[in-house]
Amino acid sequence: MTAGILHIAALLRKDILLEIRQQYTFYGILLYVASTIFVLYLAMGHPEAEVWNGLFWMIQLFICVNAVAKSFLQESSGRMLYYYTIAGARDYILAKLIFNAALMILMSLTSIVLFRLLLSDPVVNPWKFTGVVCLGGCSLSLVFTFLSAIAARAKQNAAMIAILGFPLIIPQILLLMKISNAAFSDVIQGGFMMMSAVLAGLDVLVIALAIILFPFLWKD
Amino acid sequence: MRWWKILTIALLLYTYIGGLLITVPDVGNLQHTIRNAFFHIPMWTTQFILLTISIIYSIKFLRKPTMANDIYAFEFAKSGIVFGALGLATGMEWANFTWGAAWSNDPKQLCVAIALLIYLAYFVLRNSVTDIDKRARISAVYNIFAYFIYIPMILILPRMVESLHPGGKGVQGNPGFNGDDLNTAMKWVIRPAYIGWALLGIWITTLRLRLHLFTEKHLNSGLV
Repeated sequence: MTAGILHIAALLRKDILLEIRQQYTFYGILLYVASTIFVLYLAMGHPEAEVWNGLFWMIQLFICVNAVAKSFLQESSGRMLYYYTIAGARDYILAKLIFNAALMILMSLTSIVLFRLLLSDPVVNPWKFTGVVCLGGCSLSLVFTFLSAIAARAKQNAAMIAILGFPLIIPQILLLMKISNAAFSDVIQGGFMMMSAVLAGLDVLVIALAIILFPFLWKD
Repeated sequence: MRWWKILTIALLLYTYIGGLLITVPDVGNLQHTIRNAFFHIPMWTTQFILLTISIIYSIKFLRKPTMANDIYAFEFAKSGIVFGALGLATGMEWANFTWGAAWSNDPKQLCVAIALLIYLAYFVLRNSVTDIDKRARISAVYNIFAYFIYIPMILILPRMVESLHPGGKGVQGNPGFNGDDLNTAMKWVIRPAYIGWALLGIWITTLRLRLHLFTEKHLNSGLV
Protein backbone atom coordinates (compact mmCIF):
# COMPACT_ATOMS: atom_id res chain seq x y z
CA MET A 1 0.00 0.00 0.00
CA THR A 2 2.68 2.49 1.05
CA ALA A 3 4.76 1.35 -1.90
CA GLY A 4 1.80 2.12 -4.14
CA ILE A 5 1.48 5.63 -2.73
CA LEU A 6 5.22 6.17 -3.21
CA HIS A 7 4.95 5.01 -6.80
CA ILE A 8 2.01 7.30 -7.47
CA ALA A 9 3.85 10.23 -5.86
CA ALA A 10 6.94 9.54 -7.97
CA LEU A 11 4.90 9.31 -11.17
CA LEU A 12 3.06 12.51 -10.30
CA ARG A 13 6.36 14.23 -9.63
CA LYS A 14 7.61 13.07 -13.01
CA ASP A 15 4.51 14.47 -14.76
CA ILE A 16 4.81 17.80 -12.96
CA LEU A 17 8.53 18.00 -13.73
CA LEU A 18 7.81 17.28 -17.38
CA GLU A 19 5.25 20.08 -17.40
CA ILE A 20 7.73 22.48 -15.83
CA ARG A 21 10.52 21.55 -18.22
CA GLN A 22 8.42 21.59 -21.38
CA GLN A 23 6.32 24.59 -20.59
CA TYR A 24 5.01 25.00 -24.08
CA THR A 25 2.34 22.33 -23.53
CA PHE A 26 0.97 23.96 -20.39
CA TYR A 27 0.99 27.44 -21.87
CA GLY A 28 -0.35 25.99 -25.10
CA ILE A 29 -3.49 24.77 -23.34
CA LEU A 30 -3.75 28.01 -21.39
CA LEU A 31 -3.61 29.95 -24.64
CA TYR A 32 -6.18 27.57 -26.11
CA VAL A 33 -8.51 28.40 -23.20
CA ALA A 34 -7.95 32.11 -23.58
CA SER A 35 -8.35 32.27 -27.35
CA THR A 36 -11.44 30.03 -27.40
CA ILE A 37 -13.18 32.21 -24.84
CA PHE A 38 -12.06 35.36 -26.64
CA VAL A 39 -13.51 34.12 -29.92
CA LEU A 40 -16.67 33.18 -28.07
CA TYR A 41 -16.85 36.68 -26.64
CA LEU A 42 -16.53 38.21 -30.09
CA ALA A 43 -19.19 35.87 -31.45
CA MET A 44 -21.68 35.99 -28.60
CA GLY A 45 -21.12 39.22 -26.69
CA HIS A 46 -23.08 39.00 -23.46
CA PRO A 47 -25.35 35.97 -23.53
CA GLU A 48 -28.14 35.23 -21.05
CA ALA A 49 -27.51 33.07 -18.01
CA GLU A 50 -28.82 29.87 -19.56
CA VAL A 51 -26.82 30.28 -22.76
CA TRP A 52 -23.79 31.31 -20.69
CA ASN A 53 -24.09 28.09 -18.72
CA GLY A 54 -24.37 25.92 -21.81
CA LEU A 55 -21.45 27.64 -23.53
CA PHE A 56 -19.32 27.39 -20.40
CA TRP A 57 -19.69 23.63 -20.12
CA MET A 58 -19.24 23.00 -23.83
CA ILE A 59 -16.01 24.99 -23.72
CA GLN A 60 -14.92 22.96 -20.69
CA LEU A 61 -15.54 19.83 -22.72
CA PHE A 62 -13.25 20.95 -25.54
CA ILE A 63 -10.62 22.22 -23.16
CA CYS A 64 -10.68 18.88 -21.40
CA VAL A 65 -10.22 16.88 -24.61
CA ASN A 66 -7.24 19.01 -25.54
CA ALA A 67 -5.68 19.18 -22.08
CA VAL A 68 -6.00 15.48 -21.38
CA ALA A 69 -5.34 14.12 -24.88
CA LYS A 70 -1.60 14.45 -24.72
CA SER A 71 -1.23 12.65 -21.39
CA PHE A 72 -0.89 9.25 -23.00
CA LEU A 73 -0.03 10.27 -26.52
CA GLN A 74 3.27 11.78 -25.41
CA GLU A 75 4.53 8.51 -23.94
CA SER A 76 6.49 6.31 -26.32
CA SER A 77 5.93 2.57 -26.10
CA GLY A 78 9.46 2.00 -24.80
CA ARG A 79 8.92 4.40 -21.95
CA MET A 80 5.53 2.79 -21.19
CA LEU A 81 7.32 -0.55 -20.84
CA TYR A 82 9.75 1.06 -18.44
CA TYR A 83 6.93 2.43 -16.26
CA TYR A 84 5.29 -0.96 -16.38
CA THR A 85 8.35 -2.66 -14.97
CA ILE A 86 8.94 -0.12 -12.19
CA ALA A 87 5.44 0.89 -11.12
CA GLY A 88 2.61 -1.31 -12.40
CA ALA A 89 -0.53 -0.39 -14.27
CA ARG A 90 -2.72 0.63 -11.35
CA ASP A 91 -0.30 3.15 -9.88
CA TYR A 92 0.31 4.53 -13.34
CA ILE A 93 -3.35 5.16 -14.19
CA LEU A 94 -4.04 6.59 -10.72
CA ALA A 95 -1.14 9.02 -11.09
CA LYS A 96 -2.43 10.06 -14.50
CA LEU A 97 -5.99 10.51 -13.19
CA ILE A 98 -4.81 12.68 -10.29
CA PHE A 99 -2.49 14.74 -12.47
CA ASN A 100 -5.11 15.36 -15.14
CA ALA A 101 -7.78 16.21 -12.59
CA ALA A 102 -5.46 18.81 -11.07
CA LEU A 103 -4.58 20.19 -14.52
CA MET A 104 -8.23 20.37 -15.51
CA ILE A 105 -9.24 22.10 -12.26
CA LEU A 106 -6.57 24.71 -12.97
CA MET A 107 -7.86 25.22 -16.51
CA SER A 108 -11.48 25.39 -15.30
CA LEU A 109 -10.60 28.04 -12.74
CA THR A 110 -8.86 30.05 -15.46
CA SER A 111 -11.87 29.81 -17.69
CA ILE A 112 -14.24 30.95 -14.91
CA VAL A 113 -12.16 34.10 -14.53
CA LEU A 114 -12.12 34.71 -18.28
CA PHE A 115 -15.80 33.93 -18.72
CA ARG A 116 -16.83 36.29 -15.95
CA LEU A 117 -14.47 38.94 -17.21
CA LEU A 118 -15.32 38.85 -20.91
CA LEU A 119 -18.82 37.47 -21.23
CA SER A 120 -21.45 38.76 -18.86
CA ASP A 121 -21.46 37.65 -15.23
CA PRO A 122 -24.66 35.82 -14.27
CA VAL A 123 -23.04 34.09 -11.29
CA VAL A 124 -24.76 35.19 -8.09
CA ASN A 125 -23.15 32.66 -5.84
CA PRO A 126 -19.46 32.58 -6.86
CA TRP A 127 -18.22 30.17 -4.19
CA LYS A 128 -20.84 27.60 -4.98
CA PHE A 129 -20.14 27.97 -8.70
CA THR A 130 -16.39 27.58 -8.18
CA GLY A 131 -17.01 24.41 -6.20
CA VAL A 132 -19.26 23.01 -8.91
CA VAL A 133 -16.69 23.87 -11.57
CA CYS A 134 -13.90 22.11 -9.66
CA LEU A 135 -16.06 19.00 -9.28
CA GLY A 136 -17.06 19.25 -12.94
CA GLY A 137 -13.50 19.66 -14.19
CA CYS A 138 -12.58 16.62 -12.15
CA SER A 139 -15.44 14.52 -13.60
CA LEU A 140 -14.65 15.48 -17.18
CA SER A 141 -10.93 14.83 -16.81
CA LEU A 142 -11.47 11.37 -15.27
CA VAL A 143 -13.58 10.12 -18.18
CA PHE A 144 -11.35 11.65 -20.83
CA THR A 145 -8.14 10.42 -19.21
CA PHE A 146 -9.31 6.84 -19.53
CA LEU A 147 -10.55 7.40 -23.07
CA SER A 148 -7.25 8.99 -24.02
CA ALA A 149 -5.57 5.82 -22.76
CA ILE A 150 -7.81 3.80 -25.08
CA ALA A 151 -7.18 6.15 -28.00
CA ALA A 152 -3.44 6.10 -27.38
CA ARG A 153 -3.42 2.29 -27.46
CA ALA A 154 -5.33 2.41 -30.74
CA LYS A 155 -2.70 4.88 -32.01
CA GLN A 156 -5.35 7.52 -32.62
CA ASN A 157 -5.48 11.25 -32.03
CA ALA A 158 -7.72 13.67 -30.14
CA ALA A 159 -10.52 13.26 -32.70
CA MET A 160 -10.96 9.65 -31.60
CA ILE A 161 -11.17 10.76 -27.97
CA ALA A 162 -14.01 13.10 -28.92
CA ILE A 163 -15.89 10.37 -30.82
CA LEU A 164 -15.53 7.93 -27.95
CA GLY A 165 -16.12 10.41 -25.18
CA PHE A 166 -18.89 12.78 -26.19
CA PRO A 167 -21.73 10.26 -25.94
CA LEU A 168 -20.36 9.00 -22.61
CA ILE A 169 -19.98 12.42 -21.01
CA ILE A 170 -23.66 13.38 -21.48
CA PRO A 171 -24.88 12.41 -17.98
CA GLN A 172 -22.08 14.40 -16.34
CA ILE A 173 -22.63 17.44 -18.57
CA LEU A 174 -26.40 17.44 -17.98
CA LEU A 175 -25.94 17.08 -14.23
CA LEU A 176 -23.34 19.85 -14.21
CA MET A 177 -25.58 22.24 -16.12
CA LYS A 178 -28.42 21.56 -13.68
CA ILE A 179 -26.19 21.92 -10.62
CA SER A 180 -24.47 25.08 -11.78
CA ASN A 181 -27.86 26.69 -12.42
CA ALA A 182 -28.13 26.75 -8.62
CA ALA A 183 -25.31 29.30 -8.54
CA PHE A 184 -27.22 31.65 -10.85
CA SER A 185 -29.97 32.61 -8.43
CA ASP A 186 -30.40 33.39 -4.78
CA VAL A 187 -33.24 30.96 -4.49
CA ILE A 188 -32.21 27.71 -2.89
CA GLN A 189 -32.97 24.95 -5.32
CA GLY A 190 -33.86 21.48 -4.19
CA GLY A 191 -31.76 18.51 -5.14
CA PHE A 192 -28.45 20.39 -5.22
CA MET A 193 -26.74 18.11 -2.74
CA MET A 194 -28.36 15.03 -4.22
CA MET A 195 -27.20 15.82 -7.76
CA SER A 196 -23.69 16.65 -6.52
CA ALA A 197 -23.65 13.30 -4.74
CA VAL A 198 -24.73 11.53 -7.95
CA LEU A 199 -21.93 13.29 -9.81
CA ALA A 200 -19.39 12.27 -7.18
CA GLY A 201 -20.76 8.74 -7.38
CA LEU A 202 -20.21 8.73 -11.16
CA ASP A 203 -16.63 9.87 -10.55
CA VAL A 204 -16.04 6.99 -8.16
CA LEU A 205 -17.51 4.61 -10.76
CA VAL A 206 -15.19 5.94 -13.47
CA ILE A 207 -12.13 5.64 -11.20
CA ALA A 208 -13.10 2.07 -10.28
CA LEU A 209 -13.61 1.13 -13.95
CA ALA A 210 -10.28 2.74 -14.88
CA ILE A 211 -8.43 0.81 -12.18
CA ILE A 212 -10.06 -2.48 -13.16
CA LEU A 213 -9.78 -2.09 -16.94
CA PHE A 214 -6.47 -0.27 -17.43
CA PRO A 215 -4.23 -3.29 -16.72
CA PHE A 216 -5.91 -5.13 -19.63
CA LEU A 217 -5.38 -2.17 -21.90
CA TRP A 218 -1.73 -1.94 -21.05
CA LYS A 219 -0.65 -5.50 -21.84
CA ASP A 220 1.00 -5.99 -25.19
CA MET B 1 -34.10 -26.96 -35.83
CA ARG B 2 -33.70 -26.26 -32.14
CA TRP B 3 -36.75 -26.01 -29.90
CA TRP B 4 -36.22 -22.33 -29.17
CA LYS B 5 -36.28 -21.44 -32.83
CA ILE B 6 -39.68 -23.10 -33.16
CA LEU B 7 -40.72 -21.19 -30.03
CA THR B 8 -39.54 -17.94 -31.65
CA ILE B 9 -41.68 -18.52 -34.72
CA ALA B 10 -44.69 -19.51 -32.63
CA LEU B 11 -44.37 -16.49 -30.33
CA LEU B 12 -43.93 -14.03 -33.19
CA LEU B 13 -46.86 -15.50 -35.12
CA TYR B 14 -48.89 -15.16 -31.93
CA THR B 15 -47.69 -11.57 -31.54
CA TYR B 16 -48.63 -10.62 -35.08
CA ILE B 17 -52.00 -12.37 -35.13
CA GLY B 18 -52.93 -11.40 -31.57
CA GLY B 19 -51.48 -7.94 -31.87
CA LEU B 20 -53.51 -7.10 -34.96
CA LEU B 21 -56.75 -8.84 -33.96
CA ILE B 22 -57.43 -8.31 -30.25
CA THR B 23 -59.68 -5.50 -29.11
CA VAL B 24 -57.52 -2.72 -27.74
CA PRO B 25 -58.57 -0.15 -25.13
CA ASP B 26 -59.45 3.26 -26.52
CA VAL B 27 -56.92 5.57 -24.92
CA GLY B 28 -56.81 9.28 -25.74
CA ASN B 29 -55.54 10.05 -29.21
CA LEU B 30 -53.73 6.74 -29.52
CA GLN B 31 -56.63 4.83 -31.05
CA HIS B 32 -55.33 1.86 -32.98
CA THR B 33 -51.72 3.02 -33.00
CA ILE B 34 -51.58 1.46 -29.54
CA ARG B 35 -50.99 -1.81 -31.39
CA ASN B 36 -47.52 -0.49 -32.18
CA ALA B 37 -46.69 -1.27 -28.54
CA PHE B 38 -46.33 -4.94 -29.49
CA PHE B 39 -43.66 -4.10 -32.04
CA HIS B 40 -42.02 -0.96 -30.69
CA ILE B 41 -41.41 -1.70 -27.01
CA PRO B 42 -39.91 -5.19 -27.56
CA MET B 43 -37.25 -3.58 -29.82
CA TRP B 44 -35.86 -1.78 -26.76
CA THR B 45 -35.86 -4.81 -24.53
CA THR B 46 -34.21 -6.84 -27.28
CA GLN B 47 -31.59 -4.17 -27.87
CA PHE B 48 -30.80 -4.09 -24.18
CA ILE B 49 -30.58 -7.89 -23.92
CA LEU B 50 -28.27 -8.13 -26.96
CA LEU B 51 -25.98 -5.35 -25.72
CA THR B 52 -25.84 -7.04 -22.31
CA ILE B 53 -24.84 -10.34 -23.92
CA SER B 54 -22.20 -8.41 -25.88
CA ILE B 55 -20.62 -6.98 -22.74
CA ILE B 56 -20.70 -10.42 -21.06
CA TYR B 57 -18.60 -11.74 -23.94
CA SER B 58 -16.27 -8.75 -23.64
CA ILE B 59 -15.72 -9.59 -19.97
CA LYS B 60 -15.20 -13.23 -20.94
CA PHE B 61 -12.65 -12.09 -23.50
CA LEU B 62 -10.64 -10.19 -20.91
CA ARG B 63 -10.68 -13.24 -18.63
CA LYS B 64 -9.87 -15.66 -21.40
CA PRO B 65 -8.70 -14.03 -24.64
CA THR B 66 -9.98 -16.19 -27.46
CA MET B 67 -10.93 -14.86 -30.87
CA ALA B 68 -14.40 -16.41 -30.59
CA ASN B 69 -15.28 -14.35 -27.50
CA ASP B 70 -14.32 -11.17 -29.34
CA ILE B 71 -16.38 -12.05 -32.40
CA TYR B 72 -19.38 -12.89 -30.19
CA ALA B 73 -19.13 -9.52 -28.42
CA PHE B 74 -18.86 -7.73 -31.77
CA GLU B 75 -21.79 -9.50 -33.46
CA PHE B 76 -24.11 -9.12 -30.46
CA ALA B 77 -23.32 -5.39 -30.30
CA LYS B 78 -24.02 -5.14 -34.01
CA SER B 79 -27.45 -6.75 -33.89
CA GLY B 80 -28.20 -4.81 -30.70
CA ILE B 81 -27.67 -1.63 -32.67
CA VAL B 82 -29.88 -2.87 -35.51
CA PHE B 83 -32.69 -3.44 -33.00
CA GLY B 84 -32.00 -0.01 -31.48
CA ALA B 85 -32.37 1.58 -34.90
CA LEU B 86 -35.58 -0.37 -35.52
CA GLY B 87 -36.91 0.76 -32.14
CA LEU B 88 -36.07 4.33 -33.03
CA ALA B 89 -37.77 4.03 -36.42
CA THR B 90 -40.96 2.45 -35.05
CA GLY B 91 -41.01 4.96 -32.19
CA MET B 92 -40.53 7.99 -34.43
CA GLU B 93 -43.28 6.81 -36.75
CA TRP B 94 -45.59 6.37 -33.76
CA ALA B 95 -44.62 9.73 -32.27
CA ASN B 96 -45.37 11.39 -35.58
CA PHE B 97 -49.02 10.44 -35.19
CA THR B 98 -49.53 10.77 -31.44
CA TRP B 99 -47.12 13.48 -30.30
CA GLY B 100 -47.25 15.48 -33.52
CA ALA B 101 -43.53 15.29 -34.26
CA ALA B 102 -41.05 12.53 -34.92
CA TRP B 103 -38.51 13.95 -32.48
CA SER B 104 -39.51 15.67 -29.28
CA ASN B 105 -36.43 15.50 -27.06
CA ASP B 106 -37.90 12.72 -25.01
CA PRO B 107 -35.39 11.10 -22.60
CA LYS B 108 -36.00 7.65 -24.04
CA GLN B 109 -35.30 8.97 -27.53
CA LEU B 110 -32.16 10.63 -26.19
CA CYS B 111 -31.05 7.42 -24.50
CA VAL B 112 -31.27 5.39 -27.67
CA ALA B 113 -29.58 8.11 -29.71
CA ILE B 114 -26.73 8.04 -27.18
CA ALA B 115 -26.58 4.24 -27.37
CA LEU B 116 -26.32 4.43 -31.15
CA LEU B 117 -23.50 6.99 -30.88
CA ILE B 118 -21.63 4.89 -28.31
CA TYR B 119 -21.78 1.71 -30.34
CA LEU B 120 -21.02 3.42 -33.65
CA ALA B 121 -17.93 4.80 -31.90
CA TYR B 122 -17.19 1.24 -30.80
CA PHE B 123 -17.26 0.09 -34.42
CA VAL B 124 -15.07 3.01 -35.52
CA LEU B 125 -12.60 2.15 -32.77
CA ARG B 126 -12.54 -1.48 -33.87
CA ASN B 127 -11.90 -0.58 -37.47
CA SER B 128 -9.13 1.83 -36.56
CA VAL B 129 -6.89 -0.88 -35.11
CA THR B 130 -5.30 -3.25 -37.58
CA ASP B 131 -3.67 -5.68 -35.15
CA ILE B 132 -6.34 -8.33 -34.41
CA ASP B 133 -5.36 -9.12 -30.80
CA LYS B 134 -4.96 -5.50 -29.90
CA ARG B 135 -8.24 -4.60 -31.58
CA ALA B 136 -10.07 -7.26 -29.58
CA ARG B 137 -8.59 -6.12 -26.27
CA ILE B 138 -9.07 -2.38 -26.79
CA SER B 139 -12.64 -2.76 -28.00
CA ALA B 140 -13.51 -5.10 -25.12
CA VAL B 141 -12.24 -2.49 -22.66
CA TYR B 142 -14.23 0.26 -24.36
CA ASN B 143 -17.34 -1.90 -24.53
CA ILE B 144 -17.26 -2.58 -20.78
CA PHE B 145 -16.43 1.03 -19.89
CA ALA B 146 -19.21 2.41 -22.11
CA TYR B 147 -21.80 -0.06 -20.83
CA PHE B 148 -21.17 0.77 -17.19
CA ILE B 149 -21.48 4.49 -17.91
CA TYR B 150 -24.57 3.89 -20.02
CA ILE B 151 -26.47 2.17 -17.17
CA PRO B 152 -26.33 5.19 -14.80
CA MET B 153 -27.17 7.35 -17.80
CA ILE B 154 -30.47 5.61 -18.49
CA LEU B 155 -31.25 5.91 -14.79
CA ILE B 156 -30.35 9.62 -14.53
CA LEU B 157 -31.55 11.01 -17.84
CA PRO B 158 -35.31 10.27 -17.48
CA ARG B 159 -35.28 12.06 -14.12
CA MET B 160 -33.81 15.21 -15.65
CA VAL B 161 -35.60 15.62 -18.96
CA GLU B 162 -39.35 15.79 -19.33
CA SER B 163 -40.90 12.83 -21.01
CA LEU B 164 -43.89 12.19 -23.19
CA HIS B 165 -43.61 8.49 -22.63
CA PRO B 166 -45.99 6.87 -20.20
CA GLY B 167 -44.76 6.87 -16.64
CA GLY B 168 -42.23 9.62 -17.35
CA LYS B 169 -41.52 12.90 -15.65
CA GLY B 170 -43.50 15.90 -16.89
CA VAL B 171 -46.94 17.36 -16.45
CA GLN B 172 -48.50 16.71 -19.80
CA GLY B 173 -47.16 13.25 -20.40
CA ASN B 174 -49.13 11.00 -22.62
CA PRO B 175 -52.89 11.27 -22.12
CA GLY B 176 -53.28 8.05 -20.20
CA PHE B 177 -51.54 4.92 -21.38
CA ASN B 178 -49.27 3.81 -18.62
CA GLY B 179 -48.80 0.27 -17.44
CA ASP B 180 -52.30 0.22 -15.94
CA ASP B 181 -53.91 1.01 -19.27
CA LEU B 182 -52.70 -2.16 -20.85
CA ASN B 183 -55.72 -4.34 -20.43
CA THR B 184 -55.38 -8.03 -19.73
CA ALA B 185 -55.63 -8.98 -23.38
CA MET B 186 -52.77 -6.62 -24.27
CA LYS B 187 -50.64 -7.94 -21.45
CA TRP B 188 -51.18 -11.44 -22.75
CA VAL B 189 -49.80 -10.38 -26.11
CA ILE B 190 -46.99 -8.09 -25.07
CA ARG B 191 -45.30 -10.43 -22.61
CA PRO B 192 -44.80 -13.25 -25.12
CA ALA B 193 -43.80 -10.55 -27.64
CA TYR B 194 -40.83 -9.53 -25.44
CA ILE B 195 -39.58 -13.11 -25.40
CA GLY B 196 -40.29 -13.69 -29.09
CA TRP B 197 -38.43 -10.62 -30.32
CA ALA B 198 -35.49 -11.24 -27.97
CA LEU B 199 -35.20 -14.80 -29.26
CA LEU B 200 -35.37 -13.53 -32.84
CA GLY B 201 -32.51 -11.12 -32.07
CA ILE B 202 -30.42 -13.95 -30.69
CA TRP B 203 -31.31 -16.16 -33.65
CA ILE B 204 -30.22 -13.54 -36.17
CA THR B 205 -27.01 -13.03 -34.24
CA THR B 206 -26.21 -16.76 -34.20
CA LEU B 207 -26.53 -16.82 -37.99
CA ARG B 208 -24.22 -13.81 -38.33
CA LEU B 209 -21.83 -15.48 -35.90
CA ARG B 210 -21.70 -18.68 -37.92
CA LEU B 211 -20.89 -16.69 -41.03
CA HIS B 212 -18.27 -14.60 -39.25
CA LEU B 213 -16.58 -17.59 -37.58
CA PHE B 214 -16.63 -19.47 -40.89
CA THR B 215 -14.98 -16.65 -42.85
CA GLU B 216 -12.48 -16.18 -40.01
CA LYS B 217 -11.56 -19.86 -40.14
CA HIS B 218 -11.09 -19.74 -43.91
CA LEU B 219 -9.09 -16.55 -43.72
CA ASN B 220 -6.78 -18.18 -41.20
CA SER B 221 -6.32 -21.29 -43.29
CA GLY B 222 -5.78 -19.17 -46.40
CA LEU B 223 -8.64 -20.68 -48.40
CA VAL B 224 -10.36 -17.42 -49.26
